[in-house]
Amino acid sequence: MAQVKINDLLITGDQTYASIDNSVGRLVLDQKIHKKPWFIMFAIGILGTGLLGVSIAWLLFQGIGIWGNNVPSAWGFDIINFVWWIGIGHAGTLISAILLLLRQQWRNSINRFAEAMTIFAVMCAGLYPLLHTGRPWNAYWLFPYTNILAMWPQFRSPLMWDVFAVSTYFSVSAVFWFVGLIPDFATLRDKSTNRIGKVIFAILSMGWRGSNQHWHRYEQMYLLLAGLSTPLVLSVHSIVSFDFAVSIVPGWNVTVFPPYFVAGAVFAGFAMVITFALPIRKLYKLEHLITDRHMDWMAKILLATGLIVFYGYILEIFFSWYSGNFYEYKLLINTRFTGPYSWAYWMLIFCNGIVPQLFWIQKFRVNPVSLMIVCQAVSVGMWLERFVIIPMSLTNNYLPSSDKMYYPSFWDFAMFLGTMGLFIFLMFLFIRFLPIINIFEVKDLLFKMGGKREIVEEATPAEVK
Amino acid sequence: MGAQVFKPSANSIAHVTILGIAIVPLTVGLSLAALSRSPANTKVNVPKNQPVPFSHQHHSWELGIDCRYCHGSVEKSGYAGLPSTETCMSCHSQIWTNSPLLEPVRQSYETNTPIKWNLVNKVPDFVYFNHSIHVARGVNCNTCHGPVNDMHITWKGNPFQMAWCLECHRAPERHLTKDPTRPDLSPRQQVFDLYWKLQTYGKTGFKDDGTKALSERELQLLKGEWNGSDKPEDIKSGKELVKELGVQVQQLADCAVCHH
Repeated sequence: MAQVKINDLLITGDQTYASIDNSVGRLVLDQKIHKKPWFIMFAIGILGTGLLGVSIAWLLFQGIGIWGNNVPSAWGFDIINFVWWIGIGHAGTLISAILLLLRQQWRNSINRFAEAMTIFAVMCAGLYPLLHTGRPWNAYWLFPYTNILAMWPQFRSPLMWDVFAVSTYFSVSAVFWFVGLIPDFATLRDKSTNRIGKVIFAILSMGWRGSNQHWHRYEQMYLLLAGLSTPLVLSVHSIVSFDFAVSIVPGWNVTVFPPYFVAGAVFAGFAMVITFALPIRKLYKLEHLITDRHMDWMAKILLATGLIVFYGYILEIFFSWYSGNFYEYKLLINTRFTGPYSWAYWMLIFCNGIVPQLFWIQKFRVNPVSLMIVCQAVSVGMWLERFVIIPMSLTNNYLPSSDKMYYPSFWDFAMFLGTMGLFIFLMFLFIRFLPIINIFEVKDLLFKMGGKREIVEEATPAEVK
Repeated sequence: MGAQVFKPSANSIAHVTILGIAIVPLTVGLSLAALSRSPANTKVNVPKNQPVPFSHQHHSWELGIDCRYCHGSVEKSGYAGLPSTETCMSCHSQIWTNSPLLEPVRQSYETNTPIKWNLVNKVPDFVYFNHSIHVARGVNCNTCHGPVNDMHITWKGNPFQMAWCLECHRAPERHLTKDPTRPDLSPRQQVFDLYWKLQTYGKTGFKDDGTKALSERELQLLKGEWNGSDKPEDIKSGKELVKELGVQVQQLADCAVCHH
């Protein structure tokens, strides 16, 4: 295998603390830096959000009959997209919590926007089950509160566990994100020349002065929150998988579901992180902070989780044969391999099983084009995985009466595109108004790299600008 | 470090804000919970104005007219029935014929248009309440409607919220009653026998020889204060009654019992 020379540093160029402040901070402080590409993406986001608004309004007016959901397949795009978006959020939590506890310093320059993606993805995800209930104005019934109905949530239902898993996930992620932003808000407050900006950042930084005590408290708090988030990385998608695994539907009632879902979530999440990181670092010239080293390592995680997911696919086939259960066997072998939706199954195997294998070769792990292609394939593949799991099992199980096709409607697609629009809209607002890279953690990294920097710079002079 | 943006007093504002974030939602939530249970929302004990100031106290207690004289379908139908103008006129064509208070009744009779009474007790459209089955199982009128025989202008005796319905539907043995002195009466007959006893013995419930004619529970029922009993002997007899009446307790709190 030909070894391609890649930049082996987490921060490149001749960086000082001030230059890092500047290269990240200017995205917020110098609003003129946002040019045409930002406005184009923002317009796409706005249009998508509008489409989402229209499809929700029409849904509330007409009812969920406008969707393609039918009787054997009462779960359709709404649940597929919910699981897909929740999965995408997982990379952020993994990067911010687990990699922090494992002292992986390379997380420092990607954690901030990965966390933002988590929050926005969970927001998109949360919409779906809410609207899937058909009466979102009664959604508060899902919570145990003092009501006059004498009704209490059914705690034996995995759908109930979902409510708690997702709402905990969202609130912990949001707090984690905000706490991590406080020292950077203080930096922006100090650097800001604009009175309004100064006041806003002063409020957000909550009186941060960077004193020893502040840092001590901050480190403790951050570590505690990381400890709190770590189980969430595993629990949230495990619980989402219980929605399926706890039932008796063929293809769902499998013990491998929780780990296989979690791996799939991290897989999809990293694909989305790379999808956003590549254009943003190019657009805002952040290549010296998000380097090829980051891409290389993220691609490796993608490969590893992809292999776990692929192993899950193989196990599903094995289980269906080994269980001796006729319906499992019928579903897996007849429906998935040769049934009316077999194209989705084979595309899934291609996107999630075959394409990521490119990342065994180092060249493809750093090349933006190949990274982009693989990540898009993974995003499509992970969506197809949920499609294969949901309508395919529901339209073919125990009774012949379940043999009916599921066809998504126009509004299913409109809403899906709409949530993508909302995600883009929020991401690009975030890029413009908040520091997308953790300034102080990168400075910390720069300090720790101290001496080493010069040595490596000598080794690869071509990389030094 | 640049000049400070805020004065030191901002710290106090920040502290109060953080405290407020913790306290305000809790306070608002609990206040809403309290408000939804209070008469402001439930209208319990709030007399409701009517086109004619009809007094249950006068007709039921003072005159001793049976409930069923006006609410004629209460034993046989889901709907207890409101009296037609003709029912009112069966007496009021003879007495109080010139009373100005009864002018709307005469108007209604002459023009053949019903009186628009203001509904005091109502359940939402998605709740199917049936009077006849409750009467058939011996649930006294006052158990739900409060001390109607003491009301001048009628008010709501109970909140009619689901939690209140379920108090009995989840544990009917706490609430079902039977008059041990009259085993010959069916539960339905017992409901109305109590008002007969009330007329016979009066509100304090003593016989001429000074012995008690109305039991403690019957007095509670008449005052609309009967709210079930947790005494072991009452639970025991309640369970027997549940069995005797064939009340399917395991289905009684199913959604579809009231929400068809």
